[in-house]
Formats: sequence, structure tokens, C-alpha cells
Amino acid sequence: MLNVRNLSKTFNPGTNYELRIFNEFNLHINKGECTGILGANGCGKTTLFNIISGAIRQEKGLIILNGKNIDNLKENERARFIGRVHQNPSAGVSPSLTILENISLSDKKCQKFTLRKLINKHKTEAYKEILSTLDLGLENKLNTEVKYLSGGQRQSLSLLMATMNKPELLLLDEHTAALDPKTSRLVMEKTQELIKTHSITTMMISHNVRDALKYSDRIIMLDKGEIILDVRSSQITEKELLSIYNSRNYGSPLSEAV
Amino acid sequence: MNTLILTSIEQGLIFSVLAIGVTITFKILDFADMSVEGTFPFGAFLFAKLISGGFTPLTSTLLSFVFGTLAGLLTYTLNIKLKIKALLSGILTATILYTINLRLNGKSNVGLFSYSSIYEGFEPVIILILMVFGVKILMDTFLKTEVGYLLIATGDNETLVKSLGEDSNKYKLIGLMISNGLVALSGALMAQYQGFAEITMGTGIIVVGIASIIVGDTVLRKQRFLKLTTRAITGALIYKFIGALAIDLGLAPTDLKAINAIIVIMFLSYNTFNPIKMKKADELKVVEEVKC
Ligand SMILES: Nc1ncnc2c1ncn2[C@@H]1O[C@H](COP(=O)(O)OP(=O)(O)OP(=O)(O)O)[C@@H](O)[C@H]1O
Ligand SMILES: [Mg+2]
Repeated sequence: MLNVRNLSKTFNPGTNYELRIFNEFNLHINKGECTGILGANGCGKTTLFNIISGAIRQEKGLIILNGKNIDNLKENERARFIGRVHQNPSAGVSPSLTILENISLSDKKCQKFTLRKLINKHKTEAYKEILSTLDLGLENKLNTEVKYLSGGQRQSLSLLMATMNKPELLLLDEHTAALDPKTSRLVMEKTQELIKTHSITTMMISHNVRDALKYSDRIIMLDKGEIILDVRSSQITEKELLSIYNSRNYGSPLSEAV
Repeated sequence: MNTLILTSIEQGLIFSVLAIGVTITFKILDFADMSVEGTFPFGAFLFAKLISGGFTPLTSTLLSFVFGTLAGLLTYTLNIKLKIKALLSGILTATILYTINLRLNGKSNVGLFSYSSIYEGFEPVIILILMVFGVKILMDTFLKTEVGYLLIATGDNETLVKSLGEDSNKYKLIGLMISNGLVALSGALMAQYQGFAEITMGTGIIVVGIASIIVGDTVLRKQRFLKLTTRAITGALIYKFIGALAIDLGLAPTDLKAINAIIVIMFLSYNTFNPIKMKKADELKVVEEVKC
């Protein structure tokens, strides 16, 4: 499905701040699967997403999606088949527009934007229904500007917007990190339902080992630009994963998840 | 006093068009477009060129808008294609326009009294109200379209626009072109109103535009659902009136530029020193939303 081949990426090459993130990195993601991506802060998870989605360029290597090399496609052209929820809750929404306006925009994702009116009254009910599945009461705040929402509410809205057009590949970057435990579970379940019903291939970055195990089919752990672990979720336990974190001397040792 | 009110309404209306243009770049796109300083007189000199070339006043006025959009295209090219900082791109465009403005009619001051104008045969204020109303309706309608919303989203969050499959630069171009077109239109309206086009008429004009926006926003702070265009127009009218009042109180017209800047400083510092008021308005809005 997705093939990352011989990827090399260095930030600020040739300066004192030179930082090599990937060197001849290879990764294959299977169709229809949810792959959980684990790894310490700063190990390059978001950078990998940035390269796949076209937000930044690699020096070397190929990104192949469904057999097609997508290297020469710009970020907005890749949006046709890649959906993404960013680590930053505000990155997926337009803060000065209302919830209704944001959803209406994402409903037109990758279609032709014309000089017709954006807001279609007939669709409001359908949007309300989609929003109500989040159980955050957003459906009653259609005319609230998104800047008045909390980070978690924005993040949940971003997920809905990113999956509106059922992308082939969905990139989730700690998309529940900003959510309270209850909402987090809700959004996770919502995510899984979306992924399964539309069989969307998903890569999910998470620092929550338990969630990663529960909701993904395969677990990959990154360290220093390399895959140090690649297993089926069913073949590893939370304890084992945590002990890997601790043994690699990643910053402060982790205690068992809450 | 009556002529003072009428004049400031008329000039306020002319500057409303400018303020709506500046709103698009500074407020919607968050692009500090300084090219306005050249585009405003550009509209005036274009009008002079066209009217002396035999076009009707209305055609000349509308063509000033059309050619004015090219200034936006230039700023866009400098900023997006050549990667020059927004602020500098605008200043470079204004500088180039300075020369173009002088070249257009071969002089720095062109009298227009011998030509007819769109105000002829009517009360200027009526023509201006129609004009501003037309611009407002068009802009309001545009901002409700799919493309219009993408323009707003581009100023807000380019990442989102790209994730929607669109090239956000396209919307910057659209915004810059419309904005500069409107500013040139405003310049053309001003030239006909005062009876001449003059090279210094753009100096400090950006302050007038920004001031109008700030005044409009401050005065209409509580009315959050009012359209941006309404705010810009209200701001331009009030702002112009304050300026006229200052002159009426004995200040020389040449003092006006400093007065302009002082008005901006006053309104800005009012905003800064009234955090409680600002907060209240925000909270109010949220409460209202939850209720409905
Ligand atoms: N645009 C950039 N320029 C320079 N360095 C960068 C840039 N983006 C990221 N980095 C560096 O690359 C490294 C990897 O960053 P990245 O954001 O991919 O980490 P991450 O694995 O997503 O971490 P986290 O779990 O904290 O989100 C970091 O050391 C970061 O400082
Ligand atoms: Mg990250």
C-alpha cells in the first residue's frame, strides 16, 4: 500500500544545527491495516508524516502509494488520497470560521471550489448527526467560531474533517493526546469505526502504549531513524513494550500507563 | 458645519472602498500589503489617463479597478514566486508604481476639472452611497462562496487549505488582486471628487485604511456578527469625521497625516488598556452560543 524506500532526511544540512533524522529508511505499510507508531519525543515520527504528506521534502528516497510514486505531487495534491490529523489541534481547522463553515469546507475536500454559496442548509442536519457521534455537544454549537473551542474539541473536529472524504491513507499524529480519558476513548472508538467501515489504511502515532496496542494491528517503534521493533499487536504485551522504552534510555523512565 | 458633515461623509465613503480593500489583505489574509501607498494614486492616475483618452467616467472608473488588480499580481509575484518578505514586496510594488504613476500622464499633478466625472448631474453623496453599497454587496456575497471561504481559511490556516486539496497561494493571489483593485477604485473615486490626481495622494494612505478598520472594530466590538465590510465602512466614516472635526477646530490640512496616526494610536491603546472590556465581549459571545 504505502512504501517508503531509502528515505534520507537531514535538517539544516551543512550547518552547526545539522540533524540527521533518517538515513536509508525503509517502511512498508499494509493495506487496510492500522499501524501504531511508537517512539520517543523527537525521534522523527512527525517528520515521517510530514514527508509522506508532502509538507516537507526528503533529500533522497521514494514515497510510493498504491504502486505510484507520489514524490512529484505537492502537499495539496496528495490530500486527494491522504488525510491527516496533526499533533497541533489548531492545524486542522480554520479558527475564525464556525464549526458549520469548517465542516462544510471539508465536505468539499478535493472537489472543485466554485463561486456557489458554501453553506447548504439541507446538509446541516447530516453534519449535526456526524458531530453528535463525538458526544461533545458540538452539534449544538454549529455557529460558534472554532477559536472558542477547547484544544480537544478542535482535535475531535479535525478528525471528522480529515476523514470526511474517506482517504486511502490516514495519518494520525497523537490525535487523542489532547483529550480527556472519556473523550479520548470515544474518539479512539470513532476512529476505529471509521477505519474499519471504510477500510482506511492508517498510521497512528501515539505515546499511549495501551491505546496503540488495543487499536492497531501492528506496532512499529522508531529510534534514531530506525525501526527497532515491528510486531503484530497480538504478539506483544504492554509490559514488554514499556520495558523496551526503558531499556533504550529514552529520557526519563516510563512508569506503567495510567 | 453642514458642509463639514457632508464632505466627511463623502470622503468617508470613498475611503470605505479603500478600507474594504485593506480589510482583505490585512485582516482576512493577514498579509501586510503596503503596495496600497502606490495603488491608491495609481487608480487616480489611471482614471486621468483613461478619461483624457476618451473613455466615459464610468468606464474609466471601472477600468481603474481592473488595472489596479495588476498591482496585486506584482506583489504576489514578488512575495510568493521570488520569496521576498510580504512587507518588502508591498513596498517594492509601491515604489515601482510611483514611477509608473508619474509616467502615466507625464506629470505629478493632473487636473481633471475639464473632464466629466461619475458625480456629474447627481449629488456626489448619492453616487458614492450606490458605489459603496455595490462594493459591499459584491464582497459580502463573494465571502459567502466556496472560494470566498477558502480566502478566509488561507489567512487563518494554510495547512488546512492544502489539506482540502487547494493551493493556498491561489487564494493569496485572488485576495491581493481584489484588494488592490478596490484601492485603485477608491483612488479613482477620490481623483474625480477632488478634481485632480496627484502623486502624494497615496502617502500615508495605508494608515487611513488600517485606522478605519481599527476604529470600526473598536466601535462595533459588541456587534460580533456584523460583517467585515460593515465594520470597514463604519470605521472609515467615523474616522474621516474625526479628522474633519480636527481641521474644523483650526488644524491645518497638512497636520492631518499626524492626526491620522494619532487617531490610530489612540484607538489601539484604547484596545490595549481595556482588557476587561475585550474579555467581556468574548465571554458574552460564548454564552450566547451555548444558549442557542
Ligand atoms: N523544520 C525543522 N527544522 C529543524 N529541525 C526539525 C524540524 N522539524 C523537526 N525537527 C527536529 O527533528 C527531530 C524530530 O522531530 P519530530 O517532530 O519528527 O519528532 P516526533 O517524533 O514527532 O516527536 P514528538 O513525539 O515529540 O512529537 C526533532 O529533534 C526536531 O527538533
Ligand atoms: Mg510529533
